[in-house]
Amino acid sequence: MEKVITAELLTKRFGSFTAVNEISFEVEQGEIFGFLGANGAGKTTAIRMLIGLSRPSGGRAIVAGFDVARQPEQVKRRIGYMSQRFTLYEDLSIRENIQLYGGIYGLTNRDIRSKSDRLIGELQLEASANALVKSLPLGWKQKLAFSVAMLHDPAIVFLDEPTGGVDPLTRRQFWEMIYAAAERGTTVFVTTHYMDEAEYCHRVSMMTEGRIAALDTPRKLREQYNAADMGAVFLKIARE
Amino acid sequence: MKPFFIFLWKEALHIIRDKRTLLILLGMPVVQVLLFGFAITNEINNARIAILDPAQDEMTQRLTQRLLSSGYFQLAARADREEDILRSFRRGEIKMAVLFSPNFAERFHHNRPAQIQLLADASDPNTATTLVNYASAIIRDFQQESLDDGALPLQVVAETRMMYNPEMKGVFLFVPGIVTILVMLISAMMTSLAITREKENGTMEVLLVSPLPPALIVLGKVVPYIVLSGIITAIILTMGVFVFDVPVRGSLWLLAGESLLFVLTALALGIFFSTLTNSQMVAMMMSMLGLMLPTILLSGFIFPIESMPRPLQIVSNAIPAKWFLIIIRGVMLKANTLAEVWRETAVLAGMALLFIGLSVRNFKIRLDG
Repeated sequence: MEKVITAELLTKRFGSFTAVNEISFEVEQGEIFGFLGANGAGKTTAIRMLIGLSRPSGGRAIVAGFDVARQPEQVKRRIGYMSQRFTLYEDLSIRENIQLYGGIYGLTNRDIRSKSDRLIGELQLEASANALVKSLPLGWKQKLAFSVAMLHDPAIVFLDEPTGGVDPLTRRQFWEMIYAAAERGTTVFVTTHYMDEAEYCHRVSMMTEGRIAALDTPRKLREQYNAADMGAVFLKIARE
Repeated sequence: MKPFFIFLWKEALHIIRDKRTLLILLGMPVVQVLLFGFAITNEINNARIAILDPAQDEMTQRLTQRLLSSGYFQLAARADREEDILRSFRRGEIKMAVLFSPNFAERFHHNRPAQIQLLADASDPNTATTLVNYASAIIRDFQQESLDDGALPLQVVAETRMMYNPEMKGVFLFVPGIVTILVMLISAMMTSLAITREKENGTMEVLLVSPLPPALIVLGKVVPYIVLSGIITAIILTMGVFVFDVPVRGSLWLLAGESLLFVLTALALGIFFSTLTNSQMVAMMMSMLGLMLPTILLSGFIFPIESMPRPLQIVSNAIPAKWFLIIIRGVMLKANTLAEVWRETAVLAGMALLFIGLSVRNFKIRLDG
């Protein structure tokens, strides 16, 4: 399988504080990669480096075939990003949001039109396609935000706690969308605090204090730490 | 370029959909010009005065007539005793009193001092000063005419001419001032709010992860406000010219160019503010307290800079509005050309560059953080 993310001794220092300390890992195409860790473990800083928002202080990372430090613009074209906060524009309609993000990523008008029709159909939002986004319930908004992040067919999509504050049913549907994206060959790089979601990932890495403490499939991690579920694995690693 | 235009379209939608803000932005200039033009004015008309005239001769009557026909004064009461006048002052019935000395004309014609006392209610010092000045001028003229038979051989005659604004209209001062204040407010505050709003909502992060270069993102946020500020400037100037007869004596192109430069300076300041904070609340406070008050108080719009204490005069140099006020007054009222306002123009341009430079630097630090 092709590697779409390669991090080698990736490091970020703020003054004397090392937020991310020489982490190395690889992610394959079509993989759902869970990026876990307690708050303050360095997850967010690591992601910011991978998506080209923050320059590494040391080591390097190749994302979608390009070095994040040297060619961040090339990286940005090939990735999608969705943060834990809802990031569509509430005073724009669903169609306008799609048009905006499609346009920013350089899609043609025809592409944008056909994609918005398909996307609105898939999400069954035909009735409210021209309604302002602020009128949608949170669960719908998050699903829409994910679809918009996938609009330009990125090689990798980064999801930073995408299901925070969402009801269990919508979370379930959200993960179905993630699986469908992975089936189509998109790599999914996801952070979460829900341990049941960690079980859905193909592989999971656990960060503590700026380092990757463990990285394997959920099953192997459970065996290795002799734990019944990922929640127990998380607690054991976090307490070490 | 297409992504940039789509971004602009989105910014325009934000502004158009926020109807209440848009209404305030476009309505405010109209209301302010009308308020300043009609209601708030330094000119005094029909101030109520009392007159105490024990002489009752031909001269005091002529002078009284002269005062009352000037349009500045209106007779509220003829007093017989000084106590009446003091009581009228206490009750707020009169703003000024004119007291003639007895035997006024007789003393005057016999080259003995004929005295007039002017009493003014200085609980409102500005009005009092203005009234006394008006009255003194009328009395001086009157004296001049009465002496026309050459009683005094040696005289110093001061002939005054109020250049650029012979009728001393307050509106001439206010129209350029309102343009300055409102453009500052809208450009700086609205852009800093628009940018911090994206930061607060988290959409800024998504935009930064997109292939759109950060400089274009900022430019996209700024361009709509350049247009809006231009419209507002045009509204105020048009109202000034057609409703209040404020002249635009200099080149309209120079005025437009200088206004654009000032808008850019204010926008650069707004961008700079937005790099200092992530919260709309803080950005608002910075624009209101840090910018609005100094702009109104120290720009020379209301209070003349020359009469400020030295330290404040020095501080006023840092206020962009001060320089623009000199330019816009010069171009509108004195028909100044670029050759006469190039120094102020250079200061404004320098400030704009400084703020843009600071913003770029801060933006980079933030991105790295």
